[in-house]
Order: sequence, then structure tokens, then C-alpha cells
Amino acid sequence: MSRRLLFLLPLATLALMAGFFAWSLLAGRDPASIGSVLVGRPAPRLEVKALREGEPPLTDALLKTGKPALVNFFASWCTPCLAEHPLFARLAERDGAVIVGIAWKNKPEEARAWLKRLGDPYKFAGADLEGRAGLDWGLSGVPETYLIDGQGIVRRHFRGPITERDVNDTILPFLKGGR
Amino acid sequence: MIPELGHFALILALAVALVQGTLPLLGAARGDGRLMDLGRTAALTQALLVIVAFGALTQAYVTSDFSVANVVANSHSAKPLIYKISGVWGNHEGSMLLWALILALFGAAVAIFGAGLPDTLRSRVLAIQALIGVGFLAFLLFTSNPFERVSPAPLDGNGLNPLLQDPGLAFHPPLLYLGYVGFSVTYAFAIAALLEGRVDAAWARWVRPWTLAAWCFLTLGIALGSWWAYYILGWGGFWFWDPVENASLMPWLAGTALLHSAIVVEKRDALKSWTVLLAILAFSLSLLGTFLVRSGVLTSVHAFAQDPARGMFILAFLLFVTGGGLALYAWRAPQLQGGGLFQPVSREGALILNNLLLCTLAATVLLGTLYPLFLDLLTGNKVSVGPPFFNATFVPICAPLFAALCVGPYLSWKRAELWPALQRLRLAFIAAVIASIVAATAIDSRATLAALAFGFGVWLIVGSLLEFVQRLVRTGYRLPPRSALGMTIAHAALGVVVLGSVGTAAWNTELIKTMRPGDTASFAGFEVKLDRIENLQGPNYIAERATLTLSVGGKPYTVLAPERRLFTVQRRQVAETAIHTNFLRDIYATLGEGEAQNGWVIRLYYNPLAPWIWLGAALCALGGFVSLSDRRLRIGAPSRTRAAVQPAE
Amino acid sequence: MLCVVILSLFAFPALAVEPSEMLPDPALESRARDIGRALRCVVCQNQSIDDSAAEVARDMRRAVRERLAAGDRDEQVFAYMVARYGDYVLLKPPFKAGTWVLWLGGPLVLIVAGGALLFAARRRRRMPIVPPQPLSEEEQRRLDALLKN
Repeated sequence: MSRRLLFLLPLATLALMAGFFAWSLLAGRDPASIGSVLVGRPAPRLEVKALREGEPPLTDALLKTGKPALVNFFASWCTPCLAEHPLFARLAERDGAVIVGIAWKNKPEEARAWLKRLGDPYKFAGADLEGRAGLDWGLSGVPETYLIDGQGIVRRHFRGPITERDVNDTILPFLKGGR
Repeated sequence: MIPELGHFALILALAVALVQGTLPLLGAARGDGRLMDLGRTAALTQALLVIVAFGALTQAYVTSDFSVANVVANSHSAKPLIYKISGVWGNHEGSMLLWALILALFGAAVAIFGAGLPDTLRSRVLAIQALIGVGFLAFLLFTSNPFERVSPAPLDGNGLNPLLQDPGLAFHPPLLYLGYVGFSVTYAFAIAALLEGRVDAAWARWVRPWTLAAWCFLTLGIALGSWWAYYILGWGGFWFWDPVENASLMPWLAGTALLHSAIVVEKRDALKSWTVLLAILAFSLSLLGTFLVRSGVLTSVHAFAQDPARGMFILAFLLFVTGGGLALYAWRAPQLQGGGLFQPVSREGALILNNLLLCTLAATVLLGTLYPLFLDLLTGNKVSVGPPFFNATFVPICAPLFAALCVGPYLSWKRAELWPALQRLRLAFIAAVIASIVAATAIDSRATLAALAFGFGVWLIVGSLLEFVQRLVRTGYRLPPRSALGMTIAHAALGVVVLGSVGTAAWNTELIKTMRPGDTASFAGFEVKLDRIENLQGPNYIAERATLTLSVGGKPYTVLAPERRLFTVQRRQVAETAIHTNFLRDIYATLGEGEAQNGWVIRLYYNPLAPWIWLGAALCALGGFVSLSDRRLRIGAPSRTRAAVQPAE
Repeated sequence: MLCVVILSLFAFPALAVEPSEMLPDPALESRARDIGRALRCVVCQNQSIDDSAAEVARDMRRAVRERLAAGDRDEQVFAYMVARYGDYVLLKPPFKAGTWVLWLGGPLVLIVAGGALLFAARRRRRMPIVPPQPLSEEEQRRLDALLKN
């Protein structure tokens, strides 16, 4: 009897593997996308020169004010950033969100011109020309957005542009409840 | 008009395949000779039809018929002719058509060369082959039709991926597919044997040439792919454990194991159900490879355009073929009676060890390739499994495999003595130890693992040749049968590959420098001078070329001219490396970015023994072909009554 | 969709370490190359940061060299990267609870299968050899006749 079972082993292994493959295909999983390991941990170091002239550099203290904040990495050469920009503008104006914007690998003049043209939703804005801040925050490109609670803990991460649904389902509740 | 002809031919081929897949099976079950013979006619007809279809698509490419969508997507009028032709299979639809073509051709080959097979076996094999063909043809016709028209026809195509405009990569798919599809014949033989309920020495003898042929082509296909990666990628690497590479390695490992276990079935009537299982697995791994490359479940630099819908189709097909085969196996294999008994230390034991180690290697590669997927699905965590993992898990298992490889041929069947066998290999052992010591002291004092691996390479070569020479002497200088000659060549060639790999991976030197025209540098005993940088125009690209002169003691030795090409239509950059080889080492140069003021980035590599990797692989395949040419495999496959009385070797 | 400056999408991967990045100390540079070969480029398909021309890969290579120059040990450099990108960035998966099956699977197959084979071999040897039935008179006569011919 056990000998019979042994002969069924290859078939059973196949079934297991095929199950995983079907699951992967049906779930529409993108093997190249990775989440962020920063979620649930204190926000990484934030030491970035200010983007707008005359302002002091950005520091970690900005994220520990007791009020929830958004950190948005963007660039003027990035098309999806253009798509999500109006959502940030609305969050800043209508909902009073504190948004920290960091221009990643973007010449400061070009970033400033872009913001001047489209509107500037950022309470604080930094210029990360060399990408050091991006590295600290585990960036693989732009746009990426992090939700930080009042104590400076990273609560959510968005890779790619935020959508209307993200705003309604996640960001607004977060801003109200801080979680 | 011609594309329509091709399309129609494909539809007809599907119909014929359906007939070929059902009626001969019925005939074999009923003993109806006419239905069984139908298999042969159908196989030949199917092959003819698919040839017509493939010819139609080729014609569309060669004449740049941009009313065919496939040609528009993958070709361009400015492409050189040879790449127009190779463009036929350089895309998903065309490559599936190539699969179907080779499948049909192998079916025809069985119909023609399988005259000595018993009718029931042959008709079953042809039927299974046809059913697999049904799957591929249906896939083609319903999801990946290469003959779709586009209207209005654009003026020109979108060009071909510049990476594929290269001789190495252009011909790598056909060789690879010859291997993958060849294993379908082996699979068909296994299923046929399970249906008949009989696996014996005759079956093993009949299945051997097909397995060997597939294995030889797969070896060449993998080697060509590796060589291509070496001279395209620009730093001397030749194997990256990329999922797509692994996908071709796994069937190769299974096929090698199969070749060896089939020997035991033939000579001693043992290991039957295991060999049948391996035959099913070899082809299943080929299909798995196809699935992994085209479905998008894994990331890879290599993959075709991903499409989950296609992925589901291939997965379903894989399940049907493999699942069906394994289900049949689970049902019928327990009835296969075991054969001769043998001691653990014996030729059979050595071949079992060979299989055990090869299958462990295959399992390791499979696990490493699929684990990130499984872990991600189950826990959401992402891990990467790259070369460091495989170097730590795959390479160590090769050591006992190589050690045992030379000993096996010295062991007799049924019962053997280990020590006398080892005694006869004394010379090989001494040579290996000396080689290791030389490697550890003279060549590179740091990497002792490399020295050990070097010793293994020498052990393989000397051990195989020693066995051959001793056999010659023992039989009075008569040439051994070709299968034995083939074995010696293939085993020694493996040693050559090992030596080449160690040399390139462990003892290479590199120089990365920014140079301006006129600058010189000292490298690997050469004086390197960058003569000039010039721009030039190719048939479908513009390029920057560097001219480097290498001199020894003031006398010019050779000139290397690496380029960086920008393909205008696709707007892609490809580096053309310049390699100088004297078959003992490669000198390798690439040109990076740069401009006149600061200079250009020049990269130089000295890769000792690199050519031996591919020379060794080619020799390995040669050994397989020599073995294939053994007359005993072709002169009327033995009838079942005679098969029982084969002399042991 | 993620917008990334990847020249590498348009250039085929090649060793991407530039002379300007390299450290002056050859021992440190050699360590940097070894570490670079073991770190994955997070925006590429299966490449190490040494092989990729992507911006992010370049940043990571620079960070590796800065940390080495600052005196970090190799493990600290790896930890630095893992803190930012997770285990995904390591080309050699760590040996932890989630990867036991991965690391031990191969050896396990070898041990289990090898053990099973040895066990089967030993069991077969212990099976008693049944002596054949003695021949009947008729059979003995037929045997003699055959042998004589």
C-alpha cells in the first residue's frame, strides 16, 4: 500500500506546484514589485537641503510633530508624478494635509519651475539631487509616497502614483485617525 | 495569399494531428493493423503541412510582408537577411510555430526510422506525439496566430530587438527546441510503454537514440546561449542562474540521468519504473521551462513578452501532459516487474548514485528558481535567490558526482570490488592532486576551492582517457564500440568544461580605466594603447568604435575594436565586445560611455581557459553524436526475443 | 507605473562599475566588488548592482563604497542595505525560518532518497533465498535429453 503512495508522490508534487502557479497567475501578481520594509518602523533619517530658496533644511523633527504627515518623492521628469499631483494639491488645500515633498534626482531649478507651473502642495520641500535620501527611504524610483504617523512611524507605503481610491480609502482615514 | 495558405495548412495540420492522436491508439488497443498504419501516414502528412506553414511565415519575413502583424511587430526592411529569417522564431508566435514544426518533424522521423519498432508501440508513440502537437497547434491557432493580417499595412516594421540580431542568439532557440521537443519523443515512448504495460531491454534500446539526439541538441543549445551571454554581456560571466537559464538546465539534468538509467534497463532489466518516470519528467521540465519563460510568474532578463492569459493556457497544457503522464504512471508503474538483483557496489549502484546526485542537482535548481514565487504567495515576503545561493548548494554536490564518474566504468555489473577499480585509476588521482597543487601555488595562492575544482577537472579528463586506454590494451587494440567511445569523449569533455569554468571564474583579471586616444595602459603582460575613437554607420545602427592595440615588448600583438551600437529604430544601445582568443584564453574588451575631454571607459578582461567551456560543451555533444552513430542502435532495433541475450559490457 | 531613469532599459546590461566610482584602496575596492556582486539591483530583472547601469544601482554602489571607506565590516554593509530594501536585496537569501526549506531542501532530497535506497538494498539482501523446487522425474529426463544435445 505504501508502495502505491510512493508512485503517487510525483503527481502530488505536480499538483502542489501547479496550484501555486495558478494562484500566481490569477492573483495578477507582479513578481518585480516589492513592498517596503519600512512599514511599521520609525521613519528613516531625513536630512535634505531645502528645495525652495531661503528655507531651512528638512530634518527628522518635521515628522515627529504629533500630527500625521505624507512624504512624497517626486521629480519633474516623471510622468506619473504629473498624474498624481492634483490629488496632493487637493489634500493640501481641502484637507490641510502636511505633505513633505522631496525632488529625487531632479535639478532644483527644474523642480521649482515644475512646482511653479503646477502649484506647490508641499508644506516642506527638499532637494535630493544625489539620491541619498532616496536610498535611505528604500526608493526604487518615483513617485513613491509614505504615510507617517504623529510619532514618526511609517504606516503605509505607495509605490507608483496614488489614485483617487487610495486617497479616499487610505489617506483620508489615516489623516483623521493618524493610523 | 501565402500567409493564408500557411494559416490553412496549420488548421489542416491540427485536424490531421487529431486523427493521428486518436485512431492509432484505438488501433493498438484493438490490434487493428490498418488503424495503426494510419499513424505513419498522418505523421508524414502533418509534418508536410507544418513545413508549409513555417515556410509561409518565413516567406512573409524574407519578403518583408508588412501586412502580416507578426512581421510588423518583429521585423524591419533594413535588417540583414539572415536576421530576417531568424526573426521568424525571435518572437512568441513564431517560436511556438517552430516548436510545432520540430514536433511534427520528430513525429515524421519516428514514422520513417521507427520501422523496426513493433506496430503497437510505434502507433502509440506517434499518437502521443500527435496529441502533444494538438496542444501546440491549438495554442497557436486560438491564442497566438502568427498569420494575422493587419490592415492597412504599415510602410515598415518595428524592427527586431537588437539583442537578437546576433548569430549566437539567432540560432540558440532552434537548437534548444530540438532538445526540448526531442524529449517529447522520449515522453511518448514512456507513455506508450505504460499503456502497453511492458518496459524491457528492447524498449530501452529503442528509446535511447531519441533521448541521445535530444540531449545532444539541448547541450549545444545551452552552450550556445551561454557563449552568447559571455560575449554580449561584457564582463566574462557565462552563467547567471537566471530563471530562464535554469529552465533549460533542469531538463538537461533529467535527460542526463535518463540516459544513464536507461543503460541499466537495457543491460539488467532493472530500474524500469524509475526510468519511465524520468522520461516523463524530462519532457515535463521542458514544458515547465516554456511556461516559466512566457507566463510572467518570474522575473528574468530573458523572458518573452509576458501574458497571464497565455500563461494559463500553457499551465493547463502542462497539467494535462505531465499530470496525465504521472497519473498513468501512478496507475500502471507498480505493475512493472523489477529485474536483476545487484549489490550496492556495482555498475548498477554507480549509475543509481549518478541518478541520485543528478536529481538532487535538478531539485536544487528547481527549488531555487521557484522559491521566491512560493514564499511571496504564502507570506508576502520577498527574497532573491541568485548566484551566491546556487554556488553554495549546487557546486558542492558536483564533487561526489565527478569523483564517482570516473570510477563507474570500472565497476562490473551485479557485483564489483571498489578498491581494485580505484587502484586502476591511480594515475588519474595523482594527476589530479598534482594539478590542484600547481593551481594552488603557481597560479593563484588564495582560492583553494578553485584549485580543488581544477583538480577535479583534471581527474575527469585523465580518468576517462585512462579507462579508454586500458580498455584498448585489454581488448588487443581493437576499437571499442562507438557508444563506449562516445562515453569517453563526453566524460572527458565534462572535465574540459570544468577546467574552463574554473579558469574564467576564479583566475580572470580585469582592468577598468578611463582612457583618451593616445593613452596607454599595462594589462596582463600586454601594453594596451587606445589608438582612436571613431563613429560609424551600420545597416541599421550607428556606432562608436574604439581601436585598441595590444603589444608585447613593443611588437604589436593584436588589435581589438569594441563598439557601442545605437539601433536607430528601437533606440536601444548594445555593446559589441571585442574578443581575441588563442583557444587557451580570451582577451576581452568593451567600450563604455565617454567623450573627448575626459576620455572613454575601457574595460579589459583576461579570461584564462574561457574557450574551453564551449569547446568542452561542443565536445560533450560530439560524444553524444558519436554514441548515437553506433550501428547497434540503428541496424534493426532488436526484436523482443533477441533482446534478452545481449552480452554485458 | 513607476517612472525610473533606467538607461539600462535601453542598454543591455554590462558590468557597470565606472572608474570614477572605484575606491583608491584596492583591498577596499575588491571588497566593494564582492559585496556588489551579492546585492541585487532592485529595479532590474535579476542583476546585481555591479551589472546594472540603473541610477538606483549606481547610488547603491556609491553607498557601499562610502560605508566601506567609513570602516564598516561586510556584514554591516549588508545590514545597511537590508534595513532599507529588505531581504530582497540580498542575492544570497538569508538562512532564517522563512528559507529553511530553500536551503535544506536539496540536501534533504539527497539524504532521504539516498537513505531510502540504502534501506531498500539492505532489505533485499535480507530476504531469504528460496531454493528452487526439486525437479520431477519427467522434468529431469527432459533436462538430461536437452543437455545431451
